[in-house]
Amino acid sequence: MSATARRWSESARRDLTLAALALVLFGAVTCAFPGFAAPGNLAGLLDDTAILIMLALGQMLVILVRGIDLSIAANLALCGMLAALFNRALPGAGVVPVLALSLASGAILGAFNGLLVWKLRLPPIVVTLGTMSIYRGAIYLLSKGAWVNENEMTRGFLAFTRASFLGLSTLSWLALGFAAAFIFALRRLRVARDMYAAGGNPEAAAYAGIDAGRMQFIAYTICGAIAGLCGYLWVARFAVAYTDIALGFELQVIAACLIGGVAIAGGKGSAIGVLIGCLFLGIIRSSLPLVGISAFWQMFINGAVILIAVLLSARSRVHPRSILETPRP
Amino acid sequence: MKTTSFLRWESMLAVVVVLEFVLFSSVSPYFFSVDTLSDASFNFTERALVALPLALLIIAGEIDISVAAIIALASVAMGLGAAQGVGTPGLALIGLGTGLLAGSINGALVTIGRVPSIVATIGTMTLFRGAAYAVLGDRVLKQYPESFAAFGQGYLAGPISIELGLFVMFALLFAVFLHHTRWGRAIYAIGANPVASRFAGVAVNRYRFALFALTGLFSGLAAVLLTSRLGSTRPSIAQGWELEIISIVILGGVSVWGGKGSILGVVLAALVFGLVTFGLGLMNIPGIVMSIFIGLLLILVVAVPALLGRR
Repeated sequence: MSATARRWSESARRDLTLAALALVLFGAVTCAFPGFAAPGNLAGLLDDTAILIMLALGQMLVILVRGIDLSIAANLALCGMLAALFNRALPGAGVVPVLALSLASGAILGAFNGLLVWKLRLPPIVVTLGTMSIYRGAIYLLSKGAWVNENEMTRGFLAFTRASFLGLSTLSWLALGFAAAFIFALRRLRVARDMYAAGGNPEAAAYAGIDAGRMQFIAYTICGAIAGLCGYLWVARFAVAYTDIALGFELQVIAACLIGGVAIAGGKGSAIGVLIGCLFLGIIRSSLPLVGISAFWQMFINGAVILIAVLLSARSRVHPRSILETPRP
Repeated sequence: MKTTSFLRWESMLAVVVVLEFVLFSSVSPYFFSVDTLSDASFNFTERALVALPLALLIIAGEIDISVAAIIALASVAMGLGAAQGVGTPGLALIGLGTGLLAGSINGALVTIGRVPSIVATIGTMTLFRGAAYAVLGDRVLKQYPESFAAFGQGYLAGPISIELGLFVMFALLFAVFLHHTRWGRAIYAIGANPVASRFAGVAVNRYRFALFALTGLFSGLAAVLLTSRLGSTRPSIAQGWELEIISIVILGGVSVWGGKGSILGVVLAALVFGLVTFGLGLMNIPGIVMSIFIGLLLILVVAVPALLGRR
């Protein structure tokens, strides 16, 4: 019990440090460019970061149970293409079936990863490296390499993400809603506690009657469903669907998790940390043009931030674990 | 017991290679000629050269997914050197040196920084590729001296390209090193049980560092060959190659759990891969569809032994 309490306070400390760092960064940018803190700019920042936040929350679950999902961006792109094609084929159907379709298709793709990891005990990195290229290739087969452009999308399909309520877009509200739900669920729901246990110590969890493999399956499925939903949101927001959308975005998602203090060794991580990690990346991204740094530097800065974050967290790590180890006994 | 199951895997790969020959020869009358096969070898030599040290790294229980980003970084460094008027030998040294340096950074992160290799190399992959984009943006570098083209486009003798010659030579060297020296046995030991190896007196971290540096060096070599063959550098060069190179290693029977694998398997897997790429190209199947095959192959290769109940 005391160990649990200590872990929580430890994770709270980490979140606080990260929040302080994010505030310092934010303060520094605002000092130099007072317009940065304008409500409209902040709403834009949240809108830009919303999809990253949702994906990173899903990815966090997977990493929590000692997995990793490299196929998350390919899943997003495939479900986004499906949503766009569905909308083109049945323009009268409205947004609700599109939402349902993207959630369901994403969940299926995620569950496929989860099944391979759970039932066949395959290493998560190999499975998702494989499905990453399978899902990408499937988009090409589905679309025959063609683009679905804005003029082929219905107004309702496009308007959903852009609708504004109290100054924030639907996208921002969804991200905040997901973050709130995760913060609540990770603290209160039994299945979430089981995930922490399964990721922290699979052997001990097995003695406590928790099937670590099943937890991995659930995590992958939820992560997939979120990726699927984000597929529709992405396509609607940028008003285009093609084979290469969100190419390489999985790295940004994983970066946000690592910066947010999610331990790659599993069992450690908080939704608040991930939220702040995403906002941290969002602040950097939106301040680059202000400071006059070309957008081409974004990737380099992301890499540097990931390395600093993991080097710092490696210092406090007690039990190092290689991702290639078998997840369970 | 272990050895026989390996031999079985390798003979299976050999059968696949033969089947591919038969299949593609029947599909296209142009396939089975010395010139065509010589051309086809370019489809795998550069990737396979990186797969050799990466196989050692994976046998030792680590992984490096930054290899393609190192290729891009080394290529950019050579491009910048060429723009400054550096000659051909100098350019090759810049490429190899950049690779070695980048690999050493990976090694230092894993050994000194104690960061798990997957996380460390996700970070450096982003950093190296990011550096390539930061330096080049949307520009292209192509002021390479004429003699620089020799590495990737030259031939040793008849239809045997320099690339193929290098690959054959290094494959033999790696096979001897891994299977017939005590350093090779130490690599297996580290992959099977790093803690026990440390207690047995193996300098585990020194091996890890050396293997990351070696993988970086060979990524640099691949960069020299690829850049020389293409004659130009874009920041997106070798995009997605990490997947293909890792696929070759795993397809070759190297266990992702460490401690198992052979160079013969990796060489055969490289042949399988090169022939599939080339054959599908002959049948006008686009590269992105190829990636479905590679992805399926990658999963099948680890799933089949798991289904049969032997790891």
